[in-house]
Order: sequence, then structure tokens, then C-alpha cells
Amino acid sequence: MISIQSLTHQYQNGPNLNFTDWEIQDEEQWLLLGASGSGKSTLLNIVSGLLKPTSGSVKLNGTEIYSLSLKDMDRFRGQNIGIVFQKPHLIKSLNIYDNVALASSLAGIKLDKARIFSLLASLGLENKKRNFPDELSQGQLQRVSIARALLNNPSLLIADEPTSSLDDENAENVIDILTEQAKENHASLVIATHDKRVRNRISKEYLL
Amino acid sequence: MNILKLSTKNLLRNKLTTFLNVILVAFGIAILSILFLASTQIGNKLEQNAKDIDLVVGAKGSPLQLILSSIYHIDFPTGNIPLKDATELMQNPMVKKAVPLALGDNYQGYRIVGTDSGFVGLYGLKLSAGKFWSKDLEATIGSTVAVEAKLKVGDKFFGAHGLSDASDEHKHHAYTVTGILQVQGNVTDNLILTNIGSVYKMHEPDHDEHVVHSEEADIDNKEITSILIQYRSPMSVVIFPRMVNQSTNMQAASPAMESARLFSLIGVGIETLKWFAVLIMAISAMSVFISLYNSMKEKKYDLAIMRCLGASKSKLFFLVMIEGLLITVSGAILGLFIGHLAIQIIGMYQESAQARLTGLYFVNDEFYLIIAGLFIGIVASIIPALQTYRVDIARTLSKNK
Repeated sequence: MISIQSLTHQYQNGPNLNFTDWEIQDEEQWLLLGASGSGKSTLLNIVSGLLKPTSGSVKLNGTEIYSLSLKDMDRFRGQNIGIVFQKPHLIKSLNIYDNVALASSLAGIKLDKARIFSLLASLGLENKKRNFPDELSQGQLQRVSIARALLNNPSLLIADEPTSSLDDENAENVIDILTEQAKENHASLVIATHDKRVRNRISKEYLL
Repeated sequence: MNILKLSTKNLLRNKLTTFLNVILVAFGIAILSILFLASTQIGNKLEQNAKDIDLVVGAKGSPLQLILSSIYHIDFPTGNIPLKDATELMQNPMVKKAVPLALGDNYQGYRIVGTDSGFVGLYGLKLSAGKFWSKDLEATIGSTVAVEAKLKVGDKFFGAHGLSDASDEHKHHAYTVTGILQVQGNVTDNLILTNIGSVYKMHEPDHDEHVVHSEEADIDNKEITSILIQYRSPMSVVIFPRMVNQSTNMQAASPAMESARLFSLIGVGIETLKWFAVLIMAISAMSVFISLYNSMKEKKYDLAIMRCLGASKSKLFFLVMIEGLLITVSGAILGLFIGHLAIQIIGMYQESAQARLTGLYFVNDEFYLIIAGLFIGIVASIIPALQTYRVDIARTLSKNK
């Protein structure tokens, strides 16, 4: 369960952002909606433990994440939060398998080869394991980044504009995959988007 | 997947840059290791060959030339000295041991040294086959001579006039090999030892062969090349050479002093090369630094992603450090390999077998070269590595690049 309370963030020389309180139950799926500049990315970064808010609290399964030391927070994030970015951000020098496997070794979790294989298979990438990122299409790369986000069985899966650079077909696919995989892996799902193609798929909305 | 593997893969992605950097480090290290190896080996050879010899007395001329020709058997002798004067000097009370040398002939470039049994004691020679020379025209050969010239006990060979040329052979008298020395690890491996009488016999006019001479009658007009001298007491170091140089027509040269002088002469060259190598290593450090620094721009996203996936800042710091260290340490190891290989190849093409270099020789200083490699790696990668601490993950990743 994730809860944020009386959260504010003040950018240096920037706007002061206030966020209404938000509770996400286990396995719930949410959309985070808002015009650009409304603080969508800021809120996502705060929830994912990447950006320390000026005040307020973020609790994930009872852990107050901004009370952790920097190093513990890196590890906590690696183990409990899966993040899918707008761009896949894969590491170019590693092949697809290694890119996914990296998630477990960096988070300090024992490598589970079978899980990587089954994740890649369920995302239709079983033939691409030995390929390098520059040999795959955008849609395929986005699926690799979803596999990477899911590898450690996170309790929260966050996707930041995952469909904005994809065509209709791929966008549909990615939304399907995100919702199905989140359900299968018993993770809560938050998708930040302004994409209409996504809006009619998920009912719960948090508006900024 | 550990950070070592990750660093390796990052380096392999920029193969050419990595290659250039490794080669740069390797060249600097190789030059230094060649210098270390060559100067240590030459120094050791010089020392071993002159170990128990306090002084060399020979004809007037360059003292360095006298040492080189009589101890290291490299240069030509300064001339000859009358046997009468030499004998007188050898009986001086300050002299503990004196060994006469008569040079002038060679066999296939190996010098034939006419001497007496004192030479065996002076160099501590041991036989691996046969016996030491005793009569005229008997020869005991060094281990290298036996192998290279394919001579064994009982074989006969003709000496040639001169110290390296085989054109003018003494066809009238053949030497017989009576013994082969064990490997000594010094200049005697490359010498052919015989008695002084044999050398005289080679150079006698033909008609003299039929005339019977007694040793005593001959002594007045006979000559030898030089005498190797061991003092009875260290006190003689000051007096004896001065006595020789002032009161006789001969000159005395100290191997220790002349070797030191020789080293100070070539020392300038070594010093220049050393600074050249240091310069190359400084350039390599800069090159590694610039490559890492430039790649940080591109790597910023990778680093941010890794932070997202749970890597701590210190882990990423080491990731970049290890990239730098991998380059410089592998460069250092490659450099040592090139250094040894180069010395080995130089040794193969060397003409004077007396100072032959080998690549299968290691000195302690090489350990410092590995340390130097580590040090360059640390210096070159510390600033790029510290940059990882400044990467703002949230901002980097939401820029949507």
C-alpha cells in the first residue's frame, strides 16, 4: 500500500507544488493525469524515491521512504519499485538479457534466470535475448524496459508517459502488457499520461 | 552481473578508444621496463665479470679500453707489455694473485685467451667434461663456445689472427679441445682458454719452429697483453696503481672505477629515455582522463538508470574507477610483456655474446611499474568518477532524451 500525505515540493526559483493526499491499495491501477507543467513528473519522481520532497511523507508498505539513507533508498527502490520511463533507457553495451538481469544484481537480489526467461517470453522477446538494444524496435525496447521493471517483483510499478512515443498498435500493446503484468505480478500500477488512448482503459484517476 | 563485467563491456563498446589508451600506457611502461631490464642486466654482467679483480695492468692507452678488452673481452687491447716487466710486477709483495693474459686470436669470433692456471682460480671455473689445458695447443672452451661452435672434447680447430675476423687462419697449428667448462654465467662462457705458450707458437715465424728455445732465454723479448691483479690488502688501492702508472711503462686501471665512469657516460642517455617514458605515461593518463570524461556525457543516462535500479552512488563511482584502472593496469601488463619481448629480441640480434640480454629476467622495479599503472588509472579516473555523485537522476531521466 502506498500513501502520500501533505506533500509539497518547491523547485529552486520555480513554482511551489502542492499535492493532494493519495492512497493506492495493493494491486490497484491508477492513472495520473495532468497538463504538462502541472507537476506530473515531479510527483512521479517523488513517489519513486528519486526526488526528495520539500515536505510531506511518502509511505510504501509502511516504510517512510525519505527517512532512509541515500544508499538504503537506492536499494529499497531497486527492490520495491519498478519504473518504466517514456524512453526505454537501456544500456547500449549490454544485450537484452544482461539489461534485464542488471536490475536484480544492482538491487542486490539473487539472479533468477528462469524468471528472466519467462518474463521475456511473456513479452514476446524470447528470441531477442542475445540482441543488443540498437537491433530492436522502439516497441520492443519499451517491452524490455517493462521486463526490467518487473524483474524484482516490485509492489509498485510506475510508468511515466509509456505510450507517448509509440504508434496506436504498440501503445495498445504496452497498456495491455502493463495492466496484465501488474496484475500477474501482484503490483500496484500508476501510469502518468495525457494520452487519450490510455484514459479509457483504467478507471481510477488522480488529477493534478 | 558485477561492476567489473559492466566496466569491461563499457570499454569493449569503444574498442578503438580503449585500444589507443591501452597502447599509450603500454608504451610508457615498456620503455621503462626495457631501461630497467637492460641496465640491471648490464650492471650485473659487469659486476660478475669483474668480481674478484682489483686492477688490470696493460699497455698505456685508454683505461676504459684496457678494462673492456681484458675483463669484458669486448674492445681491442691497448697494446702489449714486455713479459719481463709484467713478471716483475707480478712478484710485487702487494699482489696476492696475478694472472697474465695473452690475447690476439679468435675462433669464429670467440676470443682465444692465453693464460695460466691462476685464471681458473680467479674465476672459480669448473669443468663439465674433459680436463683443463696443460700443454701447448690444448684448449679448454667455455660452455657457450661448445654449444655454438659445436666443439666437443678431442675436436681440433684453427685459431684465426685478430679478435673477431676469421680470414687469417693460423693453418700451421691446430688446437685440440681438452675440456669444456660448466656454465659460469659470465664472460668465460664465451672464451677459449689455452696457455700463453700456444699463443706465442701461433705468432712465431715458421723457421723458428726448428730451433729449441728455453723459456728463460725467451723472456727478454716476449710480450703479453695484460695482467689481472688481486691485492693482498685493500690498502694497496691507493699506492699500487700510482706506482704502476708513474714508475713503469705500463698503466693500471681499476674495473670498479672504469665501470662507474662508463655508466656515468651512458647515464645521460638513460636519464633522457626515462623522462621520455614518463612523458608518454603522463600523456596516456591525460588521454584516459579525456576519454572517460567525454564518455560521462553519454553515460549520464546509463548511470541514472542504474541508480534507479538500485545501484548506490559509491557503486557507480567504482564502476567508472574500474574502467580507468582496467585500461591502465592492462596497459601496464602489456607494457611489461612488450618490454621483455623487446629485450629478448635485442638479445637475439646482439653481436657481442659477452653482454647478451635476455627477456626471461625480472627485476623488482617492475613491480613498481604495475603500481605506476594503478596510480595513473586512479589519477585519470578520479574526476570522472566523482562526477557520478553529481548526476541528478530525476532530472536526467525526465529530460526524455
